[in-house]
Amino acid sequence: MNFYAIRAIYFHEMDRMRRTLFQSVLSPVLSTSLYFIVFGSVIGGMIPQIEGVSYGSFIVPGLLMLTLLTQSISNSSFGIFFPKFTGSIYEVLAAPISSLEIIIGFVGASATKSLIVGVIILITATFFVELEIQYPLLMLFLLVLTCLTFSLFGFLIGLLSENFEQLQVVPLIIVTPLVFLGGSLYTVEMLPEFWQNVTYFNPVLYLVNGMRWSFYGASDINIWVSVISLVAFLSICVAGVAIAITKGYGTKE
Amino acid sequence: MQNVVSVKNLSKTYSNQFQALNNINLDIKQNEIFALLGPNGAGKTTLISIICGIVTPSIGTVEVGNYDIIKDYRKTRSQIGLVPQELTLEQFEIVYNNVSYTRGLYGKPPNPQHIEKILKDLSLWDKKDSKINELSGGMKRRVLIAKALSHEPSVLFLDEPTAGVDVELRKDMWEVIKNLRNKGVTIILTTHYIEEAEAIADRVAVINKGEMIVVDETSNLIKSLGQKTLTIDLHETITTLPESLNNYKLTIVNDGLSIDYQYDTQSKQTGITSLLQDMKEAGLKLKDLNTEQSSLEKIFVELVKEK
Repeated sequence: MNFYAIRAIYFHEMDRMRRTLFQSVLSPVLSTSLYFIVFGSVIGGMIPQIEGVSYGSFIVPGLLMLTLLTQSISNSSFGIFFPKFTGSIYEVLAAPISSLEIIIGFVGASATKSLIVGVIILITATFFVELEIQYPLLMLFLLVLTCLTFSLFGFLIGLLSENFEQLQVVPLIIVTPLVFLGGSLYTVEMLPEFWQNVTYFNPVLYLVNGMRWSFYGASDINIWVSVISLVAFLSICVAGVAIAITKGYGTKE
Repeated sequence: MQNVVSVKNLSKTYSNQFQALNNINLDIKQNEIFALLGPNGAGKTTLISIICGIVTPSIGTVEVGNYDIIKDYRKTRSQIGLVPQELTLEQFEIVYNNVSYTRGLYGKPPNPQHIEKILKDLSLWDKKDSKINELSGGMKRRVLIAKALSHEPSVLFLDEPTAGVDVELRKDMWEVIKNLRNKGVTIILTTHYIEEAEAIADRVAVINKGEMIVVDETSNLIKSLGQKTLTIDLHETITTLPESLNNYKLTIVNDGLSIDYQYDTQSKQTGITSLLQDMKEAGLKLKDLNTEQSSLEKIFVELVKEK
């Protein structure tokens, strides 16, 4: 195992976060805080309690998940696409590094960045709404697993993208709608029966509800179904990235 | 001398069916400066990209230091440093971090003394804290060389190292390359500047349309394939050549004050004696004689044209 290479890629990517602090950390924290203010404090005051918690508190796990998903995908897709775009990917490809080491370096850095943003958002949420976490270890486990899974997914997008448009298409056209329609801001029961059935096909629903269960011990979906869904998606991403990088898709001819 | 790089029956066809290399065989000796010459699109970059692990070969094998580049990729790649053709650098990163990053990628522990030495050798030490986008083109190229040397490689590939570089900087770069060779590094460079190969390379390979046309020592190539030009200065200007000289390959130059005669150094009879005799009989008065060896450029053009 080339540990020095993993370390080099990891800190090189973390250094990019330091150089772009506003975009990487402040921007997602600010936009999520706006959700807390508008939906939590202002509109939330007019909505009765859901599953025994105030609406403001109810939406925290969903908004946290929304930010983690989008940040993880954006961090890692950009992390691998940018060297492809500038051409500096040559030195990663020419170095004595295995595919696994490349993935650990890039995805590890991306997941760390998302985790940092997630923790800051959690702290920020306490300024606007009442927050309790019934199962903190489970929450931490889901937080890490989500960051890793979607960083891998983003890495795959960055690997296969040939231009900036392709880089943006999947996050904007697919991920954002899935996240908004995945029960971040409402419970499934609030929907008409037909849309309830449709929502059960949305994988994000299981993630959001898993996170909500770790906070309040109640959700639309059984916690084990949520965890199994997340692990299954992680496995799909691992397989996808492994195939793409071994075959050299997007990097090697 | 021991071979450092050994290429056997190497071919490469890209996914768009373009055949970039066709059955290349090549051995590069330890501690030599080897130049790969060829026009644009000849296959030079594909060849070094395969050796460095960036492009996958279609057929054939490549060994670096007796290790296979695919089976033992960690061993081969750790011996190699690569300076790419394009200035592919992260523009917002500082020089020192960028060079140190490459050392890490190659699995070497941090060594600030080594990085400092390289940056000083390449006159980059005073720019170590500058962002890449604040550097001139020549400095960026030197940063690429510093990165390639950061992990102390024994084989250095330079892909068009002086492309777009002014004459003065080009000569500085040649000095850098010669100094590296003196320190024991084997240098393989691609270029389409013939004078570059002529000035610094021990051996030259000419590649065209994916095929190796010739591999030889630079001096041998010039000697064996070279034509010589005999320039004969005259006392009086002429406008046309006497009919008796029509059998010779002559050109009137210098506004009629000189005649150039092309001859092959390898042929049994160069024709010089009979030419001078015939010129005397035609009444031409000779002032001076001068011979010049054909440059590698002329040889290269001839070789590529023949193919």
